[in-house]
Amino acid sequence: MAEYQNIFTQVQVQGPLEMGVAADATTNFERTKSATFSKLAGIFGNAQVGPVHLGPYGLIAVVGFATWFVIIGMTFWQQVGWSPAIFLRDLAWLSLDPPSSEYGLGFAPLDEGGWWLIASFFFLIGCSAWWIRTYTRATALGMGHHVSWAFASLLWLIFVLGLFRPILMGSWSEAVPYGIFPHLDWTNLFSITYGNLFYNPFHALSIVFLYGSALLFAMHGATILAVSRFGGDRELEQIVDRGTATERAALFWRWTMGFNATMEGIHRWAWWFAVLTPLTGGIGILLTGTVVDNWFAWAQVHGYAPLN
Amino acid sequence: MAQLSFERKYRVRGGTLIGGDLFDFWVGPFYVGFFGVVTFFFSVLGTVLIFYGASQGPTWNPWLISIDPPALEVGLGAAPLLEGGLWQIITICAIFAFVGWMMREVEICRKLGIGYHVPFAFGVAIFAYVTLVVIRPVLMGAWGHGFPYGIFSHLDWVNNVGYAYGNFHYNPAHMIAISFFWITALALALHGSLILSAMNPARKGDEVKSPDHEDTYFRDLIGYSIGPLGIHRLGLFLALMAGFWSAVCIVISGTIWFQEWIVWWDWYYELPWWVDL
Repeated sequence: MAEYQNIFTQVQVQGPLEMGVAADATTNFERTKSATFSKLAGIFGNAQVGPVHLGPYGLIAVVGFATWFVIIGMTFWQQVGWSPAIFLRDLAWLSLDPPSSEYGLGFAPLDEGGWWLIASFFFLIGCSAWWIRTYTRATALGMGHHVSWAFASLLWLIFVLGLFRPILMGSWSEAVPYGIFPHLDWTNLFSITYGNLFYNPFHALSIVFLYGSALLFAMHGATILAVSRFGGDRELEQIVDRGTATERAALFWRWTMGFNATMEGIHRWAWWFAVLTPLTGGIGILLTGTVVDNWFAWAQVHGYAPLN
Repeated sequence: MAQLSFERKYRVRGGTLIGGDLFDFWVGPFYVGFFGVVTFFFSVLGTVLIFYGASQGPTWNPWLISIDPPALEVGLGAAPLLEGGLWQIITICAIFAFVGWMMREVEICRKLGIGYHVPFAFGVAIFAYVTLVVIRPVLMGAWGHGFPYGIFSHLDWVNNVGYAYGNFHYNPAHMIAISFFWITALALALHGSLILSAMNPARKGDEVKSPDHEDTYFRDLIGYSIGPLGIHRLGLFLALMAGFWSAVCIVISGTIWFQEWIVWWDWYYELPWWVDL
């Protein structure tokens, strides 16, 4: 049993820092010029930290997210009379709520939801700029835009929760409050209000894909680590020039369950499972309260909930 | 069944843990082995019993068929077949089938000369299942605390057990488990995307990209690339943590914590240095 199982990196070799493949002149200019080694990070993955690219969209994204974050923090702090101790004590309970339903889709006074609207606007800016960033970074390196389209799926869920569904319902009050416990309360109340979200088929699909993603990553991560002694972690090379690592990985699953993905195909399975999680979840949220008022009653009509 | 073009040279003798050469053969694409027989036997028996239970139940609607555990009054004893006994036997079948499957994976790993990461990972999933239907029911003193085997009946169980402890989202281990599930999906999306985007360049006719492009993309984006080996360690770790903390969050509910989970957080609010502020 005392075999090498590749749990962590036992010997770290430090070569020259890698400053990134050359891209267009603008990208090269916008990329930082330094990097460092972290021996701690090197135990688990790459030891090198940096360089990083900023660029205009990176800057907009950072400013957008930071403004959103600071507005939330400052309104929390204001709620506790600017006391640092009470701020820390009550942090998880504090909430920045959207405007109440009487304001509909209009603006509200700052302390009655106005700050929520402003914070959300900056969050929207940050998300959009970050999406552009994922796209332009791939373009600069001549790569496909798979990260961008996967991220778009997450943005779909975020925008459904904070933008599309509130607009369809005619009120910002439908959106999620910013706060640790308050957003959990919102989630709980949302399910109860609409007749148990477990009977929402899109919620069920989303959970299936979420659990499926964990299952797939456990299977894939474990398989690659198991064949890493044959170079299986060099996936791109294994895809274009199949080696014994790929053959053993494939045969493991073929002998276990009668089917195997290819070295490239497993990443398509991975991409779709992960992308379908927020995609189906967003559909489920968008339909709730707009098209379906009570998922349990809906399930009874459609033959998958008991009728008593 | 036809073998993969490279398969023949891998189909060699050896690596078995039990039974020597007796069960060392394939059926179609499937490796058998002693544990293949074990798994086959218990999965067929369990499935047949589920269908028998369904035939004795009120519905053939696949969404609503449910094999329920015994009533709480039965405690940890054996129940009559149609009053939870089927659930008990099916649970035993499931555990033997799962463990058999895991051990068969070990034999296949040995035959292929690869690491044991997959059967270990599957062991964590088995642990989560056993926590739900054996460990927690035993700790609470009744098989009736196990979950029913049915598509929507098990969702009802999750719903009811959750609300028995108030808003279950306040369970700290549940918070950790959900966070790991979401981070796992995020990491999986990023890993799948990165490999596909390197293999499938935006411009038709371009050469496929290299691991250096992968590292550069992520360093450009967030300043760090965990690398082609590290991402698989990270993915396996995140996925196993999701399963492990799921098991923890349910096993502590009703065994060491009995109130609504929202009350658990009072200790933080009541820390001596700020409770009187």
